[in-house]
Amino acid sequence: MSELTWPAKLIALVVKDFRVELRTRYSLNALIMFALVTLFALGVTFTGQNLTFRIHAALIWIMIYFAGLQGLSGGFVKEEESRTAMALRLYAPSSVIFFGKLIFSLLILTILVVFLFPLYYILMNLEITRIWIMLLVLILGIFGLSATSTITAAMVSKANVKGALFAVLSFPLMLPLLLVAISATTVCLGGGDSQALWDSLKIMIAYPVIVTAVSFLLFDYVWNN
Amino acid sequence: MRFGLRGVFKDISFRLASPSSLTVTGPNGSGKSTLLKIIAGLLVPTSGRVRMESDSDEIKAESRRKLMAMVSPEMNFYDELTGAENLEFFMKASGSRLKPEEIEEALNEVGLQGRGDDYLKAYSSGMRMRLKYALAILKQPEIMIVDEPSTNLDASGRKIIYDLMHRHQQNGILIFATNEDDEIAIANERINLAR
Amino acid sequence: MRDLDFLKIFLGILFIAVIVLSFVTGKPVRGYGDEFRIFYYHVPCAIVSFIAFLVNLIYSMKYLRSRYYLDDMKAASAAEIGIVFGVLATLTGAIFAKITWGTYWNWDIRQTSIVVLLAVYGAYFALRTAVEPEERRSAFSAVYAILAFIAVPTFGFVVPRLYDSLHPKDTLVSGGKIALGGTVAVVFFGSLIAFTILFFWLFNLRWRTGLLERSRMEKSYE
Repeated sequence: MSELTWPAKLIALVVKDFRVELRTRYSLNALIMFALVTLFALGVTFTGQNLTFRIHAALIWIMIYFAGLQGLSGGFVKEEESRTAMALRLYAPSSVIFFGKLIFSLLILTILVVFLFPLYYILMNLEITRIWIMLLVLILGIFGLSATSTITAAMVSKANVKGALFAVLSFPLMLPLLLVAISATTVCLGGGDSQALWDSLKIMIAYPVIVTAVSFLLFDYVWNN
Repeated sequence: MRFGLRGVFKDISFRLASPSSLTVTGPNGSGKSTLLKIIAGLLVPTSGRVRMESDSDEIKAESRRKLMAMVSPEMNFYDELTGAENLEFFMKASGSRLKPEEIEEALNEVGLQGRGDDYLKAYSSGMRMRLKYALAILKQPEIMIVDEPSTNLDASGRKIIYDLMHRHQQNGILIFATNEDDEIAIANERINLAR
Repeated sequence: MRDLDFLKIFLGILFIAVIVLSFVTGKPVRGYGDEFRIFYYHVPCAIVSFIAFLVNLIYSMKYLRSRYYLDDMKAASAAEIGIVFGVLATLTGAIFAKITWGTYWNWDIRQTSIVVLLAVYGAYFALRTAVEPEERRSAFSAVYAILAFIAVPTFGFVVPRLYDSLHPKDTLVSGGKIALGGTVAVVFFGSLIAFTILFFWLFNLRWRTGLLERSRMEKSYE
């Protein structure tokens, strides 16, 4: 038996998580339903209203954020609830777990956004002036939200109260990102000044990268405790 | 080792060389499982440490994972995966890819032949325990740690795992926690944790 | 302990001097009325709450190295006092805002930042009450405190560039130099020193009472 490489172990974990997720819909169902209900509520409330670019941008990100809160802690919470975390800790290196769960969150959020954004576009009569940059902002936003929630999800999974605590812990870490994403999205929709766009994109890249690096360095203290 | 503000046990010290076996005994709540978890690297002791060496070189924490397998009633596998998928995943995560025959062989050895493609959800508690031993067999560990070896097992299951434990202690290190007399007899060394 | 008694007397005199001088000296900044005197209290409170969170960060990092419960206790004590000063800074700021801009709260980015800052340490304490046993609680809160310290500067310094602020600029620092005039500077720095000493005194008291609480808990277990 030859020793598998680090990426091979990572893929094994992500495949396992995805398989379990597809068979239980532990995270996805709640996430998608939450998004649908919110979108429906918004659609009904704002019929015939002419929303500014900024309001559209804020609504999109608030929706992604709140829907994300329903599912992003799932990767870790599921392991603790089904008491599989012990076996995982025994057999998988913690670096594989950290990045595996991060990628899993990334995939879950991507599915959410792929589903939600076009629907919002159609139902809320959205117009996008810079479509490619909008796409980039969405990708960076998804990365940012996953990156900032990985270690908090790991902490929450070992806490006595889970649901509310995840929102409380993640909010301050995600807020800088959300504000910047809203400001960038406003520009993509045609509002704001484009000077701000480049600044926003820089933060949207730098902030999650720093948070990921620091979280990774600190992950052992959470996972092995 | 302390939990919250209350200490569980202190002043334990022992050395094991391969091949050998050790049983940890003691009343409920004396910290048997805690001690095993500390040895397995799943818990950090409040003070003291576990040192492993090979040819008098210390083995680092990250490489210890490869040398160990643990069977414990507290440790669950994934309900949503089949028995074979569980074995495949845990082996891949710890670094080895398995051939389907190897999995089948391990399942046979613990008396789970033909059940590899059933979801774990459909397994009885005894079958789940057997699957944990199948993983320990596949892992071919240097150190095998077992918490309450016969939990949920019937007579035939016990026979299988006692054979396994006997065989392992002749080649590697076996550490297990129990209070049953016929299990204590398997080991050649014993630590009793008083309350 | 005798040296500390001297410090307490010094602190008392300093605070009396600051309070008196902050009212009797001339108007601090041109363009604003007497209401600007609140800045003698508002700004030191904000700075001291920042110092407190910095102390929290230092002891959090120290805890992860030492795993010694006293470091965690000190980190938590600093955060508690940081929150108190943060709330004071927010309140004094709101009073000033009401007089100058007509509303207590106008979602100025600085106001929002301090609320985020308080939310971070509110979350820190929510985490502490939700996690057991002690070792895990201490480790998790230390990790969270370190992470929070990435979010806070991003929020306080980077994001505001994208949003407008009503906050008076160039009052304290202008072109890299301290922009306060003679007596104003004396009163301001006097106040800052007084608040800083007050913080360290409270901090010292807080972790020592924490230690007493802990040993009482420990006794009740035996």
